Amino acid sequence: MIEARRLVQTFHAGRGKARREIRAVDEVDLDVAEGEVVGFLGPNGAGKTTTLRMLTTLLRPTSGTARVAGYDVVADSVEVRRRIGYVSQVGGAFSAARAGDEVMDHGMLYGRSRREVKARGKELFEQFQLDGLWDRMPKTMSGGQKRRLDIVMGLIHDPTLVFLDEPTTGLDPQARANLWQHIAELRTNRGATVFLTTHYLDEADALSDRIVIIDQGRIVASDTADNLKNEVAGDLIDLEVADVVHVPIAAETLRAVAEPPSHGIRGVEVDGTHVRARVRRAGRVVPGLLRNLDHDGIVLDAIEVHRPTLDDVFLTLTGRSLRDAEAGHRTSADGASGAGDAADHDSSGTPVLTGAE
Amino acid sequence: MRFLRESFVVFRRQLRMNLRNPAWVIIGMMQPVLYLLLFGPLLKPLVQQLGATNAYTFFVPGMLAQLGIFGAFFAGFSLIGEWREGVIEAERVTPANRTALLAGRLWRDLIQLLVQALILVGLGYAMGMDAPLRGVVLGILLTLAIGGACAASSNALALTTKSEDVMAPIVNMVMMPVLLLSGILLPMTIGPSWLIRVSDFVPFRHIVDAIRAAFRDDFSSSSLLAGSLWAVSLLALSLWWGTSTFRKENP
Repeated sequence: MIEARRLVQTFHAGRGKARREIRAVDEVDLDVAEGEVVGFLGPNGAGKTTTLRMLTTLLRPTSGTARVAGYDVVADSVEVRRRIGYVSQVGGAFSAARAGDEVMDHGMLYGRSRREVKARGKELFEQFQLDGLWDRMPKTMSGGQKRRLDIVMGLIHDPTLVFLDEPTTGLDPQARANLWQHIAELRTNRGATVFLTTHYLDEADALSDRIVIIDQGRIVASDTADNLKNEVAGDLIDLEVADVVHVPIAAETLRAVAEPPSHGIRGVEVDGTHVRARVRRAGRVVPGLLRNLDHDGIVLDAIEVHRPTLDDVFLTLTGRSLRDAEAGHRTSADGASGAGDAADHDSSGTPVLTGAE
Repeated sequence: MRFLRESFVVFRRQLRMNLRNPAWVIIGMMQPVLYLLLFGPLLKPLVQQLGATNAYTFFVPGMLAQLGIFGAFFAGFSLIGEWREGVIEAERVTPANRTALLAGRLWRDLIQLLVQALILVGLGYAMGMDAPLRGVVLGILLTLAIGGACAASSNALALTTKSEDVMAPIVNMVMMPVLLLSGILLPMTIGPSWLIRVSDFVPFRHIVDAIRAAFRDDFSSSSLLAGSLWAVSLLALSLWWGTSTFRKENP
């Protein structure tokens, strides 16, 4: 459904001698199969939206090629547009127009008849729990209703591939959960392929068959959330040793089963009476580890096993924590773009990747 | 056919939004009407010095040009609002012809301008204007041509700047000399020779002269031909600019 090769987008920032080239997307390769739901994850400024804008024909690639729904995004842009649905970050319905009119006009720009669009629009309003809001103005709708209206507009022409750009940004937890359900149903009920960008870790985790992580314009990983967590980050074992004298022995015992230090993995870490390390699959390691500790006469006050998060995966892959990514973007993007920095947590308390778009 | 259909969809949407919030249309209309009612009478004693026989036959063409230039030049501000709310991007991701997206908006501006022009001419007749129908029709056509040119330029400027704060000073910077040098309020011929020479370089001055010639039924006047050529040229140039801006990055 999507096949991108060495996709590049460069911008220029500054003037005169300070003028410099910014490589927003740097030789990105992407493959998305039919019916797949792919989460495109990265901090703000990583290149998510720029990539998506190239795939949706809104931005001509500086170099590289991309085929979407079987057509080249540059040579056959009109054919691509006929087959894709796109929901941008800011929506698409004018706040002071009637919702139904906006949907109708949008659908008719796809060459559909008025009657056809109206029937389809009404059906989608019902599916997306917007019944009775046909004549309402978007400015009088809640954030969740407005977002669902945006998605209805993106689906009015029955696209086989839907692009959602940060679909739940700014929504409260209840509205987000509701929207997640609708996004999940896009595939289950309609068989649509979904490509969604997000900087919400839990959103990518919950919705996607596969997660593609982008950082500083480059793809750094592409796999299922479970595989990424298992293969890239691993489970974290945290031993709390009862007697501080036994900490070195406990550390040696844990080191025998732990992932070796590598890019983003620090090996065994000791912090007071706590000994921590990442292992590939804790369920397989912990029984043997406990037996060995018991054999060495090490008494534990506690043992905790943490499943890795996508945050851990990001750290492992990039060697930087998400906060480092934020700080780095704030420095490097200074003056290079107009967008502001996102907070570490949104209003709903959801952890997000942060930086400057 | 597809182009017409798509531009009609955009036109209908734009017209609907204008009808929903007609404040700007009314404000745009009020200004020339107030000029006509409050400034027109001041010209009556000066008619002969201005080289005219009827104050309103002289003044209404200037007001038409003002409508065409200044009313249309503000069209881009609504486009910035639409861009901010994602409407432009939503339209650009459809297979609709890029030029149709601009044309639909221009049709809206031209219809609005036509209605305003008809009201203004009607009011002019009511106040004693003496102009032949064919001259009025040609004058309105020229007004629509410069209105289309200014609206297309305004939309192009709006999409380029994407900011009211940037666009407003640019529009003001252009409008002020145009107002003073195009002879909208008073003919440039009564000014000193250096001012006349400067105004020769302002295309709108020739268009205002052409509308006045049409209203005088002076179809043999060279100023009518020159102004008409300027109006058509400006319209073509502005349409090219507007279309290429709509197609930029997203052909």
